[in-house]
Parts: sequence; C-alpha cells; structure tokens
Amino acid sequence: MLSKKQARAFFLGGTLVTFLIFIGLTIYSFSKPQDQSNSENITEAVVRGKTLWEENNCMGCHTILGEGAYYAPELTKVIERRGAGYIKAVLMTPVAWEPNGRKMVAYGFTEQEALDLIEFFDWIDDVDLNGFDTVVSPLAKDNN
Amino acid sequence: MKYKSQKVAYWFFALSMLLFALQIIYGFIMGFAHAGFDGLHDVIPFNTARAVHTNLLVVWLLSGFMGAAYYIIPEEAQRELVSVKLAYVQLISLAVVGVIAIVGYHFNYWEGRKFLEIPRPLDYLVVVNVLLFLGLILVTLFKGKRRTTTALVLSMGLLFAALLYLPGMLPFDSQVMDSFFRWWVVHLWVEGVWELIMGGILSFLLIKLTGVDREVIEKWLYVIVGLTFLSGVLGTGHHYYYIGVNKIWLIVGGIFSALEPLAFLAMALFAVNMYRKGEKKHPNKLALYWTLGAAIVSFIGAGLLGFAHTLPQTNLYTHGTLVTAMHGHLAFWGAYAMIVLAIISYSLPNMTGRKLYESARGRMAFWMSNIGMIGMTVAFGVAGVVQVYLERKLKMEFMEVQKEIEVHFMVLIICATLFMTGIILYMVDFYKHGKPTDEALETASND
Repeated sequence: MLSKKQARAFFLGGTLVTFLIFIGLTIYSFSKPQDQSNSENITEAVVRGKTLWEENNCMGCHTILGEGAYYAPELTKVIERRGAGYIKAVLMTPVAWEPNGRKMVAYGFTEQEALDLIEFFDWIDDVDLNGFDTVVSPLAKDNN
Repeated sequence: MKYKSQKVAYWFFALSMLLFALQIIYGFIMGFAHAGFDGLHDVIPFNTARAVHTNLLVVWLLSGFMGAAYYIIPEEAQRELVSVKLAYVQLISLAVVGVIAIVGYHFNYWEGRKFLEIPRPLDYLVVVNVLLFLGLILVTLFKGKRRTTTALVLSMGLLFAALLYLPGMLPFDSQVMDSFFRWWVVHLWVEGVWELIMGGILSFLLIKLTGVDREVIEKWLYVIVGLTFLSGVLGTGHHYYYIGVNKIWLIVGGIFSALEPLAFLAMALFAVNMYRKGEKKHPNKLALYWTLGAAIVSFIGAGLLGFAHTLPQTNLYTHGTLVTAMHGHLAFWGAYAMIVLAIISYSLPNMTGRKLYESARGRMAFWMSNIGMIGMTVAFGVAGVVQVYLERKLKMEFMEVQKEIEVHFMVLIICATLFMTGIILYMVDFYKHGKPTDEALETASND
C-alpha cells in the first residue's frame, strides 16, 4: 500500500514536472516560428485601442477572443460583420445604443478614440484563432 | 477552540458573509438585466454589476480562506497566533481595499480584465495585505510545536496563491499575451492552488469530524493535491484553444483537462470514505453536511460540468457563451463557497461557545441553497445550449438569440430566490451564534 512518503513524492514530483512542461510549452508557443498572435502588427493605435478597451471594461458585457461577459455580442470579426462605419457610430453616439432593447453605455468617444478602437478590432481580426473566427464570423455561413 | 487568538477568524468570516450578501444582490441585477429588466442601467450598468459580482466572490472567498487559516493554523501548530493585533490590521486593510475597489467600479475606476478588474495601484495594496497575512501564518507555523501536513498544504496553497497573483500584474501590449497570462492567475488559482487550500481545510474538517487517523487522511490529501496539479497545470491549456496561440494547446489542454475530473472524483470519494470509516460521531452535523456537500458538489460542478465543455471540439462552439456561466456557478459554489461555509459551520460553535449544532434552520439553509444553485445551473445550461445552437450553428444574430433565451433567466431568478433564501437562513444562524468569547475555551471538549 502507498505510504505517506510516496504520496508526498507523487505530489511534489508531479507538480514540478508538469509545471516545467507548462513553462516549456509557453516559451514554445511564443517563439518566433510558432507565434500566431499577430504581435508584429501591433501599432500605437492598437495599443491605445486596447487601453480604451480596458479602461472602460468593455469585457464586462462583450466578449473578445471568446472571453468576457455574455451580455453583448462577440467582437472578434466585428468589422467584417458590421463595417467600420457602424462601429464608429456606436462608439461616438451621445445617446445609449439600444439594439433590440438592450442598452449599451453611451460612451461618446471622440473620433480619434473610436478610430483607435477600430484599429484594435482590426488587429484582433488578423490573429490566428485555430478556427474560432469561422464560428463567430458571418462568413462561416458561406463556408459551412 | 483551543487558543484565544483563533477568535480573529470570526471577523474574517463576518466580512465574508457581508460581501457574499452583496454579491448575491449584484447577481440579481445581472439576472434581471438578462431577462430584459435593466431599470438600473444608468446607475449600475451591466459591466459594473458583473465586475462587482465576480470580484466580491473572490474577496469573500479569500476572506473566508484567511479566516480558515487563522482558525486552523494555531490549532495545528499548537500555539497562539504570533500577533492578533496585526491580524486585525490585515482584516481592516483587506476590507478597505475591497470597498475602494467595489465603489471604484461604479465610477469607471477599474482595469477591464475579466476577474482581475482591481486597478493597478490597488493591486500593490493587495500584495502588501497578502504579505502581512502570509507573514503571520508562516511565522506562527514555524514557531509552532508541530508542522502537520494539513497545515503545510494549506499554507502552501495560500503562498502560491499570492505568488500567482503576480503574472496578472505584468503589462502587455498584446491582447493575446494579456489573456494568456491572465489565466496563469485565474486558472492556476481555481484549478490549482485554491484546491490546495480547499484540500487543507477539508482534511482539517475530516480529522475533526470523523476521527479517522490523521496519517491516513493526510496521505490521501497528498494523493489528491498531486492529482490536482498533475491534471490542472497543463489543463490550463483549455483556455488557450481559441485565443490566438499554438495548436499544441488543443492536444495538451484536451488531454489534461479530461483528467481534471479525476482529482475532484478522488476528493469526493475520499471525503465520503473517511466519513464511513470514522467511528467518532461529532455532534456538529451541519458542518458535516457542508463538508461532504463541498466534496460532492465540487465533483459535479467543477469536474463533470467542466468536462462537459472542455474538449476542443465542443469548446469551439461553447467558448464565450453562457455554457461557461453554467459551469462557473456550480464549480465555485461546490468547491469554494461550500468549503468556506463548512469551516464557518464547524468553527462558529467553537468560537462562540454556543453549540447550535443541529437546527432545522441550518438544514433548510443547506438544502435550499443547494437545490437553488442546481436549478440556477440548469437554467444557465439550457440558455447556454440554446445560445450555442441558434447563434453558432444557425448563425442567428446575437440579440435575436438573447430575446429567445430571456425566459430562461426568469427561471434563473426563481431558482436564485430559493438559493438566496437558503443563504439568508445560513446568515441568521451565523448571527444567532453571537460573538466569539474567551469563555468558549472552557467548553472546548467537543472541538
């Protein structure tokens, strides 16, 4: 029967080995040939867009890359779905946007801020998502 | 209660109860908004309610874990806490940081990163607070007469939880990197080191409640936390399938997260078996309900329902839908909320000297909250599956689908009302126990 000492060795050994593999895989996935996160195309506007995204907790209602809350639409591939003009209007309107009766906070962003956010969405759209984009994108309708 | 300083745990538990009540209120705000009643939108928009709801959960659970540690460590180490005064300083600073964060969320003062919304300056205060807490616990442990496995596993869990908070503070320009390392905190907390904390508390409670030999319980504790890490660390991969990183995570995440339910199954079997083996019939039946309940419900919520959408082929469709909320609710309830309620139920009579071991109210609290939460899980599950099918398969527009599933949120609200009633009864029991007293030391025979 297993002794307490063996049980402890199983715990400590297993943890150490899996954690080392985990770190190794992390380094591997962000190594240059394997990186599919579109990091080379991050511009200053994209970073400004990301900052606005965070400062206003957009993830508290929407999802992006499938992450966030589930109260408002997924914004991966939103440009293909809605077009930049529509998004700009939603972001800049001083009155609450209310599609089908569900209200969005009226942020009233400036034109520059709206453009930065659009740049951020545009950058997201070029990340290789292992096929998730075909599920959330309207284009999937044609592809399926 | 064997040491006077254990009393400090009471105030951490009281803070937990207060924040838990608030968390439920904000949950209702979100439930009603989903059902189409968003009258509070101008004051508390959904993203505020959401940040408050999830952060209150984290803070009340942490406060509960801290209370548990302040209760358990002196007893395991067989000495008083090194400084009760500093423990109170830590409690007050925790409450102050929590309140500033929660109020701030109502005024756009946050960092919109799911679960880690606390703004950066407050993050540093959290770090100081946790360091103070760890200092008190670890010094007590190392000055103590004995170092038990239970105490070591619990302290290790708390120490790693603190260390793993740090990757969440790294700044990134890339949303993908940001998300990747955010899961180092969130996943490795809830499916890793928090399970050490849960395991430590569970082991302490089983030793006390069943009377089974400590050596046997602690041996299995090692096996369970070993299984947890073996599956849970690489299981982080299930968050990496579709966020913009290499396909290797589909394989690694798929295999190891399929193993994750095993750790929870082991925990459930362990708790039930120890209960069966135990010859000691501890009079605190309510604590036993919550202890066994935590082990079993965590297997269903975290283990089985997690597995339900963790395979890459399924997750492709369920990623970013209400299916996640289904799993999240029962998992957090079973694994963490119930274990905190278990240690409170166990320690409260010992700290206050009032042996309210078996009350109809206490049993009602257990059953109503559990049945309510299972009902909520089903409501989320139905809404989630319908959402997946209509939105991802039939390609219906997001808001059209949301209109279709509004009715499930009415069911959710009804079940949540049952859940809340159970929790109110639990809180009434908490209140009825009164304040902790040194006189409880004299009646410690049953502890």
